[in-house]
Amino acid sequence: MRVAIPSPLRSYTHGRDEVTAAGATFAELLDNLDHACPGIRFRMIDEQGRIRRHIRFFVNREQVADLAQALHADDEVQILCALSGG
Amino acid sequence: MKRRYPRAKSKTGQPRAARKASVKTPKRATPTKRVILMVGTRKGAFIYYADATRSRWRLDGPHRLGEIVNHVVLDPRDGNTMLMAARAGHLGPTIFRSTDLARTWKEAAQPPAFRMAAPGENGRAVEYTFWLSPAHRDEPDTWYAGTSPPALFRSEDGGVTWRGVDGYNDHPIYSRWNPPDMGTPDGPVLSWVNVDPRDAAHVYMVTTGGGAFETRDQGESWRSLNRGVEANFLPDPYPEYGQDVHCMCLHPRKPDRLYQQNHCGIYRIDRPSDQWVRIGNNMPREIGDIGFGIVLHPRDPDTAWVFPMDGTTVWPRTSPDGRPAVYRTSDAGATWTRQDRGLPREHAWFTVKRQAFCADDCDPAGLYFGTTSGELWMSPNEGRNWRCVASHLPHIYSVVAATVP
Repeated sequence: MRVAIPSPLRSYTHGRDEVTAAGATFAELLDNLDHACPGIRFRMIDEQGRIRRHIRFFVNREQVADLAQALHADDEVQILCALSGG
Repeated sequence: MKRRYPRAKSKTGQPRAARKASVKTPKRATPTKRVILMVGTRKGAFIYYADATRSRWRLDGPHRLGEIVNHVVLDPRDGNTMLMAARAGHLGPTIFRSTDLARTWKEAAQPPAFRMAAPGENGRAVEYTFWLSPAHRDEPDTWYAGTSPPALFRSEDGGVTWRGVDGYNDHPIYSRWNPPDMGTPDGPVLSWVNVDPRDAAHVYMVTTGGGAFETRDQGESWRSLNRGVEANFLPDPYPEYGQDVHCMCLHPRKPDRLYQQNHCGIYRIDRPSDQWVRIGNNMPREIGDIGFGIVLHPRDPDTAWVFPMDGTTVWPRTSPDGRPAVYRTSDAGATWTRQDRGLPREHAWFTVKRQAFCADDCDPAGLYFGTTSGELWMSPNEGRNWRCVASHLPHIYSVVAATVP
């Protein structure tokens, strides 16, 4: 599936604003993304498996609250950075 | 009101941060060394290079522009490896590594992180790494990191992977040593890890809510080291732990002597005594002994400098009366002398954070400090004269000096 990457994370994707990754769940998608782009997951997910404060995930424009959410091959995934101040 | 800054005039019109400053060459300087200044700011890292005359500085940077950089440190054991503690406004914390003197950076494979908590427990997560320091010289590639929330981490592969020092992080009274609301505006931190040069297993460190701590078994067990240190923000002003140590340094030539700049004052201890002595009581009464950093002379254990800040009324934490100065002691704190030649005479409300005041090991020693308003100042002669090296930098969190051949 297509995954939109925000600018703060593009140093992990060689500057690409969109990558393709697979996963039966959102957690699995992130694991696969981290395998392809080492280090990207920890900057979005803390060591307790919680989504970091200023990171938001959307699937087909619906916000993801649970990383166990199931995904389908034709889903459109967006990773967004919320407002974080100056 | 006009600010009177005795700075070098710019002929090029270049931004101050990129401009070279001219400083009179000290006679005793050894010209074979290079001096590196690593400046961590709220918006990235800036690295300055000079020869040992320290008369001209060349800027390299910014590195990781936009990332919040708390600390950048060079490993003196190899003279090449540099670690940077960074996070971004949106992203979690990490460590960047360079093994070619900041020409290229690579992210740590496993940055400092707590263990996954058991189901039902509210597990801790590292908000950011605040402190980095190489371990003992006989432990090459070993580093320590201090984080917020306060925790100690150790790497034995040059900063590629990190693991927690469980003896402290999981200590039975960790939560009493680290009340969650006791710390900096950015949260409580662990910092100033000092390794005894005679014994790699003997390590000191400090936290903002617990005070000073010591281990003699490389982190397996810890004891507080706060006797005689005031904590006037607690009901018992001299508790066993709970002090807020801003900065603590062990003298490398006299490892039984440590100094600290505390939230409440300036102290010295000479081990094996466990009793700190408040040498800040000898500071001029109108200046006081509040501040963040304390810097030790690289060779003389009796000489140290502080950068006083206003701790009266609502604690402005700016230079007293708007007139910045360092104060130097050459007798282990018995007396203090003001050094302000070259610094602004008035209307300069400097705040210098705990990791933003340092010395190099040249002869005479160079002193450096960075302000939260983005100015970098240096003295090439142990505080006698001061010169602004750069301004218009972002908010400065740390300044670290190193010398390499």
